[in-house]
Amino acid sequence: MADFIDAFQTALGLIVTLNHDLVEILLLSLKVSLTAVVIASVLGFAIGGALAVVRFPGRGAVSAILSALMGLPPVVAGLFVYLLLSNAGPLGVLQLLYTPTAMIIAQVVLVTPIIGALTRQACEDLLEEYDEQLRSLGASPTATIVTLLWDGRYRLITAVLAGFGRAIAEVGAVMIVGGNIDHVTRTMTTAIALETSKGNIALALALGLVLLTIAFAVNAALVSVQRLAKRLAYA
Amino acid sequence: MLDPVAKLQGIGGRTVGLPLPIELKRLTFERGGKRVIDGIDLVIDSNRVTVIMGPNGAGKSVLLRLLHGLIAPTAGRIMWAGRPLDPALTRRQAMVFQRPVLLRRSVAANVSHALGLRGIKGPERSQRVAEALRLAGLEEHAATPARVLSGGEQQRLCLARALSLEPNVLFLDEPTSSLDPASALLIERLLLDAQRRGIKVILVTHDVGQAQRLADDVVFLMHGRAIEHQNAESFFTNPLNESTRAYLRGGLVL
Ligand SMILES: Nc1ncnc2c1ncn2[C@@H]1O[C@H](COP(=O)(O)OP(=O)(O)OP(=O)(O)O)[C@@H](O)[C@H]1O
Ligand SMILES: [Mg+2]
Repeated sequence: MADFIDAFQTALGLIVTLNHDLVEILLLSLKVSLTAVVIASVLGFAIGGALAVVRFPGRGAVSAILSALMGLPPVVAGLFVYLLLSNAGPLGVLQLLYTPTAMIIAQVVLVTPIIGALTRQACEDLLEEYDEQLRSLGASPTATIVTLLWDGRYRLITAVLAGFGRAIAEVGAVMIVGGNIDHVTRTMTTAIALETSKGNIALALALGLVLLTIAFAVNAALVSVQRLAKRLAYA
Repeated sequence: MLDPVAKLQGIGGRTVGLPLPIELKRLTFERGGKRVIDGIDLVIDSNRVTVIMGPNGAGKSVLLRLLHGLIAPTAGRIMWAGRPLDPALTRRQAMVFQRPVLLRRSVAANVSHALGLRGIKGPERSQRVAEALRLAGLEEHAATPARVLSGGEQQRLCLARALSLEPNVLFLDEPTSSLDPASALLIERLLLDAQRRGIKVILVTHDVGQAQRLADDVVFLMHGRAIEHQNAESFFTNPLNESTRAYLRGGLVL
C-alpha cells in the first residue's frame, strides 16, 4: 500500500512538473490520434453520406460490413496494416513500419468504420424525413449528401468524438505497427503497457491519469454537444 | 407576425409560358394491392387556382405527388402541354407539403438552401431570402432555428420558401391547416397574388370557404377517383354528384 501511495505521489509529481518524457509521449499520442481522426472523419463522412444516398447493388452488404467493422479489434487492425507495410508487403517500399505514420494509418483503419457507420445511420435517418422535400427542390445526389452531413452535424460531432476516444485509448494497433520505440513511436497506451511490465509504476500511473482525464473530457464534450443539439431542436 | 399592410408584389416576372393543359390519362397508382389513385381522367386547363377537395384518404396528397413527379404512376400518364414531366418542368415547380419539412438550420438558411439548390447566388439570393421572410412575416426570426417555430409559422416558412423559388406551378397540400384565421387569409392573399403573377396554383384544402375564395375550378376526389370537376361557381352552387353535395353540406361521405 505504501508503495502504491509512493508511486501515486511520484506520478502526480510527474504531471505537475510537466515531466519531459511524459509530455513527449502525450504529444505524440495526441498527434497520432488527432491526425488519424481527421483523416478518418473525411473518409467516414464521404463513405457514410454516399451509402445513405446513392443506390447501388451490394449497398446493403457494404453497410453491414462497415457496421461490423466498428467492432474491429485493434490488434487485428494493427496486424492488417503491419502486413501491408512490412518489407514483404505491397507497401513495403515506403519503409513506414515503426514510424508515427504507420500508427496513424492503423488508427485510420480502426476509426473510419466507426465514423462511417455512425454517419450513414445519421444521414439515413435524416433522409427519411427530407427525401421528398429535397427531391422537390431538385437536389442532386451530391447536394443531398452535403445537406444531410450538415444537418446531421451534431450527430457527426459525437461520431468523431467516439472515434477519437477509441483511437486515443487503443493499444494493440499502435503497438504492432509502431513498436513502442522510445522517443519515436511511444504513445501513452504502449508506454503504460511497457512501464507497468518493467515495474515503473509511477510513469504508467501518471500516463494513466492523463488518459483518464482525456476520456472524461471527451465524454463531457459528447454530453454537452447532445444537450446543445436538443436545445436548438437540431437533434 | 404577418404584416397585414405588407406589399404583396413578388419579385421578378415569368418569361416561360405555363405548361398547360395538364392532362391525366387513366392515371393509376397502386400500393399494397390498393388502388390509391384509380384511373383518373382529367384535363386542367385553367391558368388560375385549381382546388382539389375530398374526404381524408381520398388520395389528394398522392395525386399531388404524382403531378410533381415524386412518385411514378403504376399505370396511365400525365401530360403537361402535351409532353411528359421532365427535369426542366420539375425545376419550375414547387411544392408545400402537408407536413412542413424544415432543415435543421435557421429560418433564413432554410430559404437560402433551397435557392442555392436552384443555382441562385450572391445578392439575388440574399434579396430573395429577405423577401421570403417578409412575406412569411418572419423577419425577426431570421436567425431562429426553423424547427423551434410554431406549427403555423413553419407552414408560412414552407410557403415562403416555395414562393421564393418563383415556380410557374405551385402545389400546396393543406397549407393553412394550422394557421389562425388572420394568417390563413394572408396566405390566401399571397396565393391570389402569386396566381396574378402567372403562377399556376394547385391547392388541396378542406376549407370550403377558402376553396370558394380561391378556386377557379374544383376537382372532387373520392376513393382515388375524380368524381367531379367543374368551374368553381357551378361546383359550389350546383354540385352534380350526391357525395359532393353531402361533403359540402358538412355531411359524412364514405
Ligand atoms: N406509400 C403508401 N403506401 C401505402 N398506402 C399509401 C401510401 N401513400 C398513401 N397511401 C394510402 O392512400 C390513401 C390516400 O392517401 P392520401 O395521403 O393521398 O390521402 P389524402 O386525400 O391526402 O387525405 P388527407 O385529407 O387525410 O390528407 C390513404 O388510404 C393512404 O393510406
Ligand atoms: Mg393529404
